[in-house]
Amino acid sequence: MSKIKRAEGRAVDGLRPMEAKVGVVPSADGSAMFKIGKTIAIASVRGPRKLHPKFLQNPEQGRLRCFYNMVSFSGSGDRVRPGPNRRTKEINLVMESALAPALNLKQFPNCAIDVFINLVQTDAGTRCAAITAAAMALADAGFEMKDMVAAVAVGMSGGNVIADLDYIEDSAEDGVDIPIAMMPNEGKITLLQLDGKIAPKSLDEALKLAKVVCKKIYDVQRKALADHYTIADEPTKKVTKKATKKAKKEAKK
Amino acid sequence: MSQNRIMRDHIRALLKKDARPDGRGFLDYRTCLSVEYGVSPKTAEGSARVRIGKTDVIAGIKLGLATPYPDQQDQGTIMVGAELTPFSNKNFEMGPPSIASIELARVVDRGIRESGAIDLKKLCVKAGEQVWQVFIDIYPINDDGNLRDAASLAALAALKDTLFPTLDKKTGMVDYYTKTKTKLPLNDEPLEITVIKIGDTFLVDPTLEEEEYLDARITVALLKDGTICGMQKGGTEALSTEDISQMVKIAGDTVKTLRKVL
Repeated sequence: MSKIKRAEGRAVDGLRPMEAKVGVVPSADGSAMFKIGKTIAIASVRGPRKLHPKFLQNPEQGRLRCFYNMVSFSGSGDRVRPGPNRRTKEINLVMESALAPALNLKQFPNCAIDVFINLVQTDAGTRCAAITAAAMALADAGFEMKDMVAAVAVGMSGGNVIADLDYIEDSAEDGVDIPIAMMPNEGKITLLQLDGKIAPKSLDEALKLAKVVCKKIYDVQRKALADHYTIADEPTKKVTKKATKKAKKEAKK
Repeated sequence: MSQNRIMRDHIRALLKKDARPDGRGFLDYRTCLSVEYGVSPKTAEGSARVRIGKTDVIAGIKLGLATPYPDQQDQGTIMVGAELTPFSNKNFEMGPPSIASIELARVVDRGIRESGAIDLKKLCVKAGEQVWQVFIDIYPINDDGNLRDAASLAALAALKDTLFPTLDKKTGMVDYYTKTKTKLPLNDEPLEITVIKIGDTFLVDPTLEEEEYLDARITVALLKDGTICGMQKGGTEALSTEDISQMVKIAGDTVKTLRKVL
């Protein structure tokens, strides 16, 4: 890959600085904050709880609902008008299908699992940050999950395949934005969108890159969950998923 | 919110014994009280986060250009919004703004507007044509009671954190990416204190549990010098004039605690 100049000296496959924290909303069943660069997403999970109105209930399986919300002062530029619009409704839909494959919704007939995501500040990559935070919040809520879900936008800007586009790269004239969510252990993609023009060969390259960088995001997610459920005196070296669950159970007691 | 009779009786019985569910004195604010400035420093013109115990609220300011109201041609305008979604409290609902969120926004609005805390004349760009519009938006992160005080404190902190974006006077365009060093012109610092009444007891800084079983509440907006600039009564029980005087006095004493963290 050729050397290109990105803001703050980032490599083509470099991610913006990340920060993750679990349990940020004490009253929620599960919650998490994920920050990547200047984009900040906070997720709060409520449920499983009875789904209303009743005609939406499905006796076969529960329903995952996502509520993506940019707070009014989170956009660069004018104030964002509160309330759902066409964009947020589509994002809710793709978020639901990005996260549902990791859950076992058959466990919750007639129920809803609601994930509320507030974007406090945005600089591109909001739906990916929202999914990453939401997946952590679902894990925090104690749901049985097949795998984590980590999300990132890959794409092209200035003729290079790059990871984690910021707003300037995303909105560049030749910018291609490919938000991707993956189950990092299974290596499967649960969200794929593409905005822009790209050659099939570059797309392959971008998908390969996504696989690598999603693993990095996954590491941050895992660490945040492990940190939250590890008792300070215990050795923090190996925290398996089982240990995480166990710690959570004990914390509940 | 459904009232649970056993819980209601329990809380009343506790209060009669001079005790509060979380062990605080009746007129004690929760000790875990903090203000954090600039939680959305890149996109908001000003922002702040307030934590009172487990209650956690963020407020942000956006500035925009607008045409003035016909009867106030040389004054800027203010708008306060609040969103109460299940994000922060499982009993809140999605959908159009609930009556509770409208009341919250309007009570915060009253304190700021009626105090004249924001010098609206200084927000005039060109009389009759262009003025700055101040949007104050409140987002609770976690509701453990007393969102009113938290929202008012967060709103004031965010206003104090606000810097104007650059305005190109020739084109009339705002460059939101480049902030100036000019702060929002503030004349005073209105803060709101809510005092609730359960049975014969007055309490400040109610938790969610206490709020649920209140008989009456009064929110008092106070200026730095103790002047009252707004009030709102809530709850289903009536209050005597003695009750009100006492509650206002309690609010006046309590506001000092909040001013210390600003």
